[in-house]
Amino acid sequence: MRDLLTIENLRTHFFAPEGTIKAVDGVSLRVREGETVCIVGESGCGKSITALSVMGLAAGSSGKVVGGRIEFDGRNLLELDKNELRTLRGHEIAMIFQEPMSSLNPVLPVGEQIMEPLIEHLKLGKKAARARAIELIAQVGIARPEQIANAYPHELSGGMLQRIMIAAAISCSPKLLIADEPTTALDVTIQAQILDMLRRFKAESNMSILLITHDLGVVAEMADYVVVMYAGKVVEEGEVTELFSHPKHPYTKGLLRSKPILNHRQDELYAIPGQVPNPLELTVSCYFHDRCGQCMDVCRSREPRLREAGERHRVACWLYEEAVAYV
Amino acid sequence: MSAFLTKRLLYTVVILLAASLLIFSLYAWTPGDFISGNIKLTPERKAELREIYGLNKPVLERYATWMKHAFHGDLGYSLAQQKPVLTLFNEYIWNSFLLAAVSTFFTWLIAVVIGVVAAYKQYSWFDTLVMVVIFGAMSLPSFFIGLFLIKILAVDWKLLPPGGMLTTGSNATGIAYFREVVRHMTLPVVVMTLLGIGSLTRYIRGNLIDVLKQDYIRTARAKGLKERKVLFKHALRNALLPAITLVGFELPSLFGGSLIIEKIFNWPGIGQLYMQSFGLRDYPLLMGFTVLIAILTVIGTLLSDILYRVADPRVRLQ
Repeated sequence: MRDLLTIENLRTHFFAPEGTIKAVDGVSLRVREGETVCIVGESGCGKSITALSVMGLAAGSSGKVVGGRIEFDGRNLLELDKNELRTLRGHEIAMIFQEPMSSLNPVLPVGEQIMEPLIEHLKLGKKAARARAIELIAQVGIARPEQIANAYPHELSGGMLQRIMIAAAISCSPKLLIADEPTTALDVTIQAQILDMLRRFKAESNMSILLITHDLGVVAEMADYVVVMYAGKVVEEGEVTELFSHPKHPYTKGLLRSKPILNHRQDELYAIPGQVPNPLELTVSCYFHDRCGQCMDVCRSREPRLREAGERHRVACWLYEEAVAYV
Repeated sequence: MSAFLTKRLLYTVVILLAASLLIFSLYAWTPGDFISGNIKLTPERKAELREIYGLNKPVLERYATWMKHAFHGDLGYSLAQQKPVLTLFNEYIWNSFLLAAVSTFFTWLIAVVIGVVAAYKQYSWFDTLVMVVIFGAMSLPSFFIGLFLIKILAVDWKLLPPGGMLTTGSNATGIAYFREVVRHMTLPVVVMTLLGIGSLTRYIRGNLIDVLKQDYIRTARAKGLKERKVLFKHALRNALLPAITLVGFELPSLFGGSLIIEKIFNWPGIGQLYMQSFGLRDYPLLMGFTVLIAILTVIGTLLSDILYRVADPRVRLQ
C-alpha cells in the first residue's frame, strides 16, 4: 500500500497572551491508501488541530503551523499557496465535523450546501450539481431526497445532518476523508449507521480515512492503525489488534481500562486519575508523569522518545527504554 | 403567514390608538397653548380665540374630535401656517426624505463594506485605524462637525454652498435644478453619513466576527470554497440577519427629518417645521407629525418582522 498522507514532526502552536500553547508538538503519522487511521486521545490533546493543520485551517488569528512536513499524494501541503491548497480541500481531502447541527449553514438549503463543492471543484453546472446532490442524498440513506434537498438544517435531525455532511464530503470522491469525532454528538443507534456508511464508502472507493475520536469502541470498529495522542504528542501507535491486545503505554492501558464492557457490570468504572496538564505549564518531561501509576524519576525530567516496541508498534515511555538503566 | 399578519395588524391598531391618546394628552397637558404665547392679545380676545379653536374643552373631548377627523383622513389645519397639515407635510417631508434616503443609502453601503473588511482583517492596522476614526466621528456632535465642514468647505474653500436647498433667487429647471440640489445636499448628507456610519459599522463588524467563528464557516472553507464565497455567501448573510431589525427602525427616521442638521444647513425639511411648531404650540401640526412617526414606527417593525420571515428559514415556519 502506498502512503497517501505523511505527517512528519508537525508542530502547530497557538500564541496566547499568557504564552505559547503547543497544541501539536512534533506529531508524525502516516495514512496509507485505503487505510483507516484513528487518532485517539482526550479533549485538548491536539488531535483536532492535527487534522485541521492538514486542511490548512488550523492557522487563524492566533494559530500557526510552525514546523514539520505534511505530504499528501506527493505534494508538501505546507509549501502550497493558499489557492492550491483550497482546490485540494473538499476535492481530494474532505472533512466532516463533530457537531452536524452547527456545521451546516442555517440559512441555505442542505441540497445547495452539497452542490457547492461539485460546482467549485468538478465545474458542474447548477442543474447537474443539483441532480448529483440528490443522488448523493439518496446514497447516504435518506428517503425522499428531492424534498430533503430543499430542507433547511433546522428541519432535519442530527443524524440526517451528519449524513448530509458526509454526502457533501464524498461528493468529489476524495482520496482522504478526515472525520473529526463524527459520531460524538449522535445517539448510539445513529452512530453505528454512520460508521457503517463510512466503511461502505471507503470500501467502494478505496478512500483513506483519518478518524479522530476519543471513543475506543469506534476505534475497535473502524481502525486499521491507531495513534494515541497526549498533550500534543504521540505517545503510542500501532495496528489496532496489536494495540488493543498489547498496549504498552500506561496512558493507553488506562484508556482501555476505562472503557465500559457490555454485559460486564462493575461497581465503579476505572478513570485515569488527574487531569490533562495545562499546556502553558509543560516542562521537559513525560507529560503523562503526574497521572501515571508507574512514574519514575526520569519521567519528571526527561522526555521519552517514540521507539519501536514490536511489529508496526511504537511507544514513547521510559518503561521501555534501555537507557533508563543508566540514568 | 396570514394568521400572523392578521394578528400583527390588530396589535398595530391597538398600539396606534394608545399612542395617539398618549401623544395628544402630553401635548395638551404641557403648560401654555397656541394662544397664550401671543402677548399682543387682551385676555378677552384670548378667551374668545380659545372658544373658537376649542382649546377650552376637556382633553378627552378634543381628542375625540381630532380622532374623528383623523379617521376621515383629515389631520386638521395648521394654526400658525394657515394651511392644511397634510399639505404642509407634502411640502416639507420630501425634502427631508431626500436627505435621509441618500445618507441612509451611503451609510449602509459604506458601513457594510468597512464592517466586512474590518471583521475579516480583525486587529489589523486597517481595522484599528477604522475603529479609531469611527469612534472619533461618533463622538463629535453633529452641530460641531456640521459647522466645521461649512467653515472649511463652504466659507474658506468655497467648494460647496453653506446651506439651503437652492441658491437664493434661483429659478433653475431640469438638469440644472437637479445639479443645484445635489450640490446643496452634499454637505448635510456627508455629515449625516459620518454620524450614522459608526454604530452601524461596529454592529456589522461585531456580528460578522461572531459568524466567522461559527462551525459552518469552517465547513465552507473545508469544502474548498473561495474566500469571497465564504465571506459573502455564507458569512455576510448570517451576519446581516439581525440588522433587519434596524431596517425597521430606519423607516420613521427616513421621513422624520433631522432637527439639528436641517437647522444648521437651513434645509427646508420637516424637522425644522416641527421645531418651529413646537415653540408655537401648533397642536394640529405637532399631533399630525408625531402620529405619522408613530405609524411609521409601527409599520417599520411590522416590515422588519415580515422581512425576517423571508430572510431566515428558521423563523419562517414558527
